[in-house]
Amino acid sequence: MNKVLIFGGTSAIAEEYAQLILSNGGQVFLVGRNTNTLTRTAKDLEIRSGSSPDTVHTLAINFTNYDEIKNCFNQADKTLQGISKVLVAHGCLPEQEELQNDFSAAINSHHVNYLSAVAVCESAAQYFLEKAISGQISVISSVAGDRGRKSNYFYGASKGALSLYLQGLRGRLHSSEITVLTVKPGFVDTPMTSHLEKGLLWAKPASIAAGILRAEETKRNIVYLPFYWFSIMLCIKLIPECIFKKLSI
Amino acid sequence: MSPWYHKQFQSWGRLNAAPSRAISTSDPQRLKDALSEENGKILAYGLGRSYGDSCLNSEGDVIETTGMNKLISFDPDAGLLTAEAGISLDEVLRVIVPRGCFLPTTPGTKFITLGGAVANDVHGKNHHVAGAFGNNVIQFSLLRSDGSLMVCSRENNKEWFHATIGGLGLTGLIIDVTLQLKKISSSHLDVKSIPFRNIDEFFEISQNHDGEFEHSVSWIDCLSKGASLGRGIYMGGNHATNGELSVHTDPKASIPFNAPSLLLSPFNIRLFNAFYYNLQKAKRPKGKVHYDPFFYPLDTLNNWNKLYGKQGFFQYQSVIPHEHALETTRAMLSEISHSKQGSFLAVLKRFGDIPSDGMLSFSRPGITLALDFPNNGMPVKELFNRLDKIVKEASGCLYPAKDSRMTDFASFYPQILEFEKFIDPKFSSDFWQRCHHQK
Ligand SMILES: Cc1cc2nc3c(=O)[nH]c(=O)nc-3n(C[C@H](O)[C@H](O)[C@H](O)COP(=O)(O)OP(=O)(O)OC[C@H]3O[C@@H](n4cnc5c(N)ncnc54)[C@H](O)[C@@H]3O)c2cc1C
Ligand SMILES: NC(=O)c1ccc[n+]([C@@H]2O[C@H](COP(=O)([O-])OP(=O)(O)OC[C@H]3O[C@@H](n4cnc5c(N)ncnc54)[C@H](OP(=O)(O)O)[C@@H]3O)[C@@H](O)[C@H]2O)c1
Repeated sequence: MNKVLIFGGTSAIAEEYAQLILSNGGQVFLVGRNTNTLTRTAKDLEIRSGSSPDTVHTLAINFTNYDEIKNCFNQADKTLQGISKVLVAHGCLPEQEELQNDFSAAINSHHVNYLSAVAVCESAAQYFLEKAISGQISVISSVAGDRGRKSNYFYGASKGALSLYLQGLRGRLHSSEITVLTVKPGFVDTPMTSHLEKGLLWAKPASIAAGILRAEETKRNIVYLPFYWFSIMLCIKLIPECIFKKLSI
Repeated sequence: MSPWYHKQFQSWGRLNAAPSRAISTSDPQRLKDALSEENGKILAYGLGRSYGDSCLNSEGDVIETTGMNKLISFDPDAGLLTAEAGISLDEVLRVIVPRGCFLPTTPGTKFITLGGAVANDVHGKNHHVAGAFGNNVIQFSLLRSDGSLMVCSRENNKEWFHATIGGLGLTGLIIDVTLQLKKISSSHLDVKSIPFRNIDEFFEISQNHDGEFEHSVSWIDCLSKGASLGRGIYMGGNHATNGELSVHTDPKASIPFNAPSLLLSPFNIRLFNAFYYNLQKAKRPKGKVHYDPFFYPLDTLNNWNKLYGKQGFFQYQSVIPHEHALETTRAMLSEISHSKQGSFLAVLKRFGDIPSDGMLSFSRPGITLALDFPNNGMPVKELFNRLDKIVKEASGCLYPAKDSRMTDFASFYPQILEFEKFIDPKFSSDFWQRCHHQK
């Protein structure tokens, strides 16, 4: 049975993922920053998946407090009686311009999008290694981390750093029973992007969640979701920097 | 980090509002703060499936509600569902159908929110059995800009209950809705279609057969003239009594961009209508049909409104009291057929006698006619003015959810004087700005 510890358990993608886990008889432990949002999400998940209340658990923490992050593993381990997977789904997408004008907000976005995710992954690796059990660590990075763009480079830099970090962690753990998955979604229609105009390339959170689960089952290292973002990003990465820097994307 | 952003909103008929300051949050405290800090006017925007300007607020701010989409409780045995007001009927169906429940009534698209369904007191094909949407609402909570949260039902805060149902989003922000669902034993319907040769036959058939069917609607061919004026197909359906409980799937295709204006010729519209007509015809044989194609034939094609190009289109929906219904509908159809304006297909439906719960509700006993027209400027507006006259003479009424041009709101809805007392001082809409002077 899947017993999943989810950071950013209130995110739209995470909620769809949790629903899939619950419908297949699994259990989830949702970590978030706001008790009210967590409670509402847990109730919603129970109803949507038709599962019993003791399959959805929640805990509110401060994501910049790394002891609290570590402690989630003890709590979830006790509640779920063992963790089989960890999903990192929290993140924020502040306005680029706002961060250019407010350096402390920029630093804070790196805390949320990069450092706290690293804290989760380090704790997860330690958890699975100490127990000497197999485990899955899946982390939602982004295609935005594949190349720095002037319109979005603070967010992109966090996600890029996260993708690099995960490559290293994957290498470190490759001889263990722990699989590390980097998820790189393109545009997804979620509260994070409610301010943006939607178009042809936009995916629904449910399809991203299903893609994550498929990638986990097939033990993928890196997955672009939907798949066509692999080709799009390949083209974008191939543009020479002297041209790329002039593009308004 | 500021929770506000700027965004341009559009209605389903492709009317654009000037970019508004918008917020999207499901956090009750943030919503309260947003309302209390508001120093202009604000309006909720659901899924923007209203055709006209009732969901737009050009001069003010907008609360996007689709993030408020959590389910709060569901009792399949009692058929009771409580959910946040921004959840779509699409999402609701995915949860309730497998557990043997269905919406008490539903409009022709599932991509609307509960809040939008209440605010326009929408109707479905079963009005003659279930009344309008509001008739099936048990209670809702309403957040006002003064920070108060009212639970409204037929027992508590009942004036607010009646003002908010069909209240065009002006009485405050609906936070959650409790709905009485209908129990079903199959996701399919037993459907029968009966062609009629003209409008007189429609009246006969709908009179004789509405008792047999929980759901009924008719499609008519607006281009027909003379003896076959108003020919069409009557479709009746009842929820099948046994079978599987299977949920609908995602839309099959999308219109990726605006149809260029060159293609906005009658040809394009004909193509679209042919698509629509064939969907209807495909169902003609009597038999079992899944609820999705039965109730939501257009939902298979995402953004089909883009087929009308940038200029968009209008819907004209009226209701005519029974005593004048036959001759008035005939007069309207012949006016349209003479004008050679685009609506190739139109929908006719008999409303039942269940009184609506909303102070400003549109649905009332009578015959409702709904027609789509591409926006070709003056000719269509002139046609509408002529139709208005016919509707008014028959003591009929127009539907605000579909409207962006009516000039006589108060004569259609004399209740607005009483309704005004319930408007939240910080709420307004383009529709209201346009119409409230028309007293
Ligand atoms: C293909 C199609 C078929 C349709 N068929 C029918 C039909 O058969 N019968 C029918 O009655 N209608 C029909 N409609 C119209 C549609 O059902 C209504 O316009 C409905 O109100 C749209 O809901 P929405 O969630 O998109 O709301 P919007 O269009 O975004 O908003 C509509 C109104 O609701 C208010 N509102 C939304 N959420 C809230 C909230 N939380 N609190 C307070 N106010 C709120 C808005 O302020 C606005 O005044 C159809 C529309 C389409 C596109
Ligand atoms: N949407 C996209 O287009 C897209 C594309 C690529 C990658 N992603 C990534 O996908 C992941 C999931 O996001 P989503 O799209 O599902 O958006 P979402 O629904 O808005 O979820 C964002 C999540 O992050 C949490 N969060 C935000 N700020 C936080 C903070 N300061 N501290 C702690 N938690 C915080 C939110 O918690 P609350 O519920 O309490 O607000 C929520 O759980 C994110 O990592 C995002 O970067 C998204």
